Amino acid sequence: MRKFTVLDGLVAPLDRANVDTDAIIPKQFLKSIKRSGFGPNAFDEWRYLDHGEPGMDNSRRPINPDFVLNQPRYQGAQILLARENFGCGSSREHAPWALEDYGFRAIIAPGFADIFFNNCFKNGLLPIKLDAGKVDSLFKAVEANTGYRLRVDLERQSITAPDGAKLSFEVDAFRRHCLLNGLDDIGLTLQHVDEIRAFEAKHRAAQPWLFA
Amino acid sequence: MSAKTLYSKLWDSHVVRQEADGTALLYIDRHLVHEVTSPQAFEGLRLAGRKPWRTASMLAVADHNVPTTGRAQGIADPVSRLQVETLGHNCDELGITEFRMPDLRQGIVHVIGPEQGATLPGMTVVCGDSHTSTHGAFAALAFGIGTSEVEHVMATQCLLMKKSRAMQVLVEGALGNGVTAKDIALAVIGRIGTAGGTGYAIEFAGSAIRALSMEGRMTLCNMAIEAGARAGMIAADDTTIAYLKGRPFAPQDEWWDKASACWRTLHSDEGAQFDRVEHLDAAAIRPQVTWGTSPEMVVAVDGRVPDPADMADAVKRNDAERALRYMGLQANQPIEDIRVDKVFIGSCTNARIEDLRAAAAIARGKHVAASVKLAMVVPGSGLVKQQAEREGLDKIFLAAGFEWRDPGCSMCLAMNDDRLEVGERCASTSNRNFEGRQGPGGRTHLVSPAMAAAAAIAGHFVNVSQS
Ligand code: SF4
Repeated sequence: MRKFTVLDGLVAPLDRANVDTDAIIPKQFLKSIKRSGFGPNAFDEWRYLDHGEPGMDNSRRPINPDFVLNQPRYQGAQILLARENFGCGSSREHAPWALEDYGFRAIIAPGFADIFFNNCFKNGLLPIKLDAGKVDSLFKAVEANTGYRLRVDLERQSITAPDGAKLSFEVDAFRRHCLLNGLDDIGLTLQHVDEIRAFEAKHRAAQPWLFA
Repeated sequence: MSAKTLYSKLWDSHVVRQEADGTALLYIDRHLVHEVTSPQAFEGLRLAGRKPWRTASMLAVADHNVPTTGRAQGIADPVSRLQVETLGHNCDELGITEFRMPDLRQGIVHVIGPEQGATLPGMTVVCGDSHTSTHGAFAALAFGIGTSEVEHVMATQCLLMKKSRAMQVLVEGALGNGVTAKDIALAVIGRIGTAGGTGYAIEFAGSAIRALSMEGRMTLCNMAIEAGARAGMIAADDTTIAYLKGRPFAPQDEWWDKASACWRTLHSDEGAQFDRVEHLDAAAIRPQVTWGTSPEMVVAVDGRVPDPADMADAVKRNDAERALRYMGLQANQPIEDIRVDKVFIGSCTNARIEDLRAAAAIARGKHVAASVKLAMVVPGSGLVKQQAEREGLDKIFLAAGFEWRDPGCSMCLAMNDDRLEVGERCASTSNRNFEGRQGPGGRTHLVSPAMAAAAAIAGHFVNVSQS
C-alpha cells in the first residue's frame, strides 16, 4: 500500500450530503476485473453530459460545466471536502479506487459510511472526520479563496490552513501506523498464524457444525 | 458475569487477538462470494502466492450480472460475461463451491445463503456486499466488506476491525393490515436517518420483530445498512430454528440438537446495556413510500411529498430540493397521486417466497394498468422460483400482465439489461433509491411487495392497508 505521511494539496468542495458509492462510481464500471483505471469515471453521471460506458474514450466526452470538480480552479485537487455520510451505500471498493485514481489522497467530511471509511485505509486514502461546524467553515474558506490548499500531517494528526490555523483530527492508532508505513494488512495478520490456528481448533471443537 | 448484548456475544466469541487500541482480529465462519467484488481479491491472492485459508467456508454465486431472460443464450455483454466466467475459473481452480446457472440453487447471494442453511446462528458471515447485513436475521454477526477485506478473509480467515457500538431498535405491538417488515425498515430509516446507524450494530427486538417470519426478518436486517449500520441482527428463537431444520448446509442428527441448544442462547441478556435505544410503535407504522434519492426521504403512503421550505437545516433543505428536481416531484403533492412507469418486484430485500405471495395476493384476478410500461417479478433464487411455480404464483403474475423472470439482482442495480430509462419512475421493492441506481436518470420509489403490486395494478401508489 502507498504510504501517507504529509500532504500539501489543493482542496475541492463537493457540497452535498449522503454522496453514495453509486454516485462515486456507477455500476457499469464495476464490471471490470481490474483494480485500476477508475479515475476517469469517478462521479461519471455528474461529471459528463452523456451516458458513460466502460471502454469509451473519456477525453472526448462532453463535460458538465456545472459540476464543481470540472471547474478550472479545482483541477489537480488532492483533498476532497465533503458533507455528512460520505460514501454511503454499496461496499464497492471501486469507490476509493476511483477517488484515488482521480488524484485524491484525503477526504474531509463530518461523517463517513463505515464500509467506505474502512476501504479508504486499505488504499492509502485518508478519510478525516471533523465536526460539521469546522467542515462548514472550510467550505466557506475554499469557496472564497481560489487555490485554497491544506497541509495534512498524519503523524501529527493535524491540518494546517494557509493562514497557519491548525485543526487536529482523530485516527485509530493501528490504522495510522499502517498508513504511515504503507503496511500490507494481510502480511501483518499472517504474523499471527499460530494464534489463528489455535483459535480455529478451539472454535471447531465447540461448534463443529460451523466447519461442516 | 454481566448481562451481554447479542452483538457482544457474537463479537466476543470470534476475537482471535486484540491490539492495544481495540483493533481486533476477528475469525470469520462463512465467506460468501459474488462476481463483482471478488476478481481483484482472487488476483491479489495469486500475485502474492497465497492460497485461501479454508475454502470450505466459502460459497460463491454470480448474481449481479446475470440475465433474467433468455439464459440459454448466455450473457450477451462481453464485459459482464468475462466477470461471471472469471468467478467460475477462480472457483474451479481453488475448489470453491459455486452455484452456476442453470443450477436451481443459483440466485442472489443473500437469498441463497440462508436458503441453503449456509448462514447459521452464531456465525460471523461476510461478503463483499453491503447487504450482507441480511444474514443477521439468523442471530449471526454479518456485514459487508470491501475487496481488500475479501482478500484478507480469503488469505487469513480473519478480519481486522474494531467493535461497533450497540443500538437496540425495539418495535412493540402488532403491525396493521398490509404493513410489512419493509415498512418497519423504512420507518426506522426515516426516524434515525441513513447515517443514524453509522458506527453501530443494530439489534432489532420487541414483540413485532418476534412475530416476523424469517423472510420478514431478513428484509429488515437487509436494510440495516441503509440506516448506516454495517450489521443488523435479531435473536434466535423457534422461528429461526424451524426455518433452518433440514436445510442442506445446516447441521443434521446429533449435531442438530447440540447446535439448536447453543442457538437458543443467542439473544441479548435481560438487562444488557445498549449505547442507544430507539422505540417504535408497530401499530403506528403505515405502508411507506420513498419520495427522494436517499432511503431516509420517506413518508407514509397517505402522506404528501414534503416541502423543502419547511426544513430548518440548510444542508437537508438543499438535498431535498435537489431530490425533488431529480425525482420530478412537487412539494406537497399527495403520494397517492404519483404515477409509475415501471414496477420491479425483486432484490435481496424482497424476492423471497413470502414476498412473492404478498405481491401475488394483490395481483390475483387483476391486471397491470395500461399506463405501466413494464411490471416484472424477479425471484431471489431458482428455488424460490420453483416454489412459486408450485404454488401457481407465476400464473397469477402472468395473467395479470407481469413478466416472470429468472433469478438475479436485475433492476435493483441495473448491471444487466434490466433498467430504467431517463425520467422513468419505478415502484421498486429493492433497497436503494439513489440517483441512477436503477438506470441513469431513473426515479426509484422504495416500497413493499404488496405496495409495488398495488401500484402496478392502479398505475399510481395506493394504500394497501385500506384494501
Ligand atoms: S439484489 Fe441489489 S442490493 Fe441485493 S445484492 Fe443484488 S444488487 Fe446488491
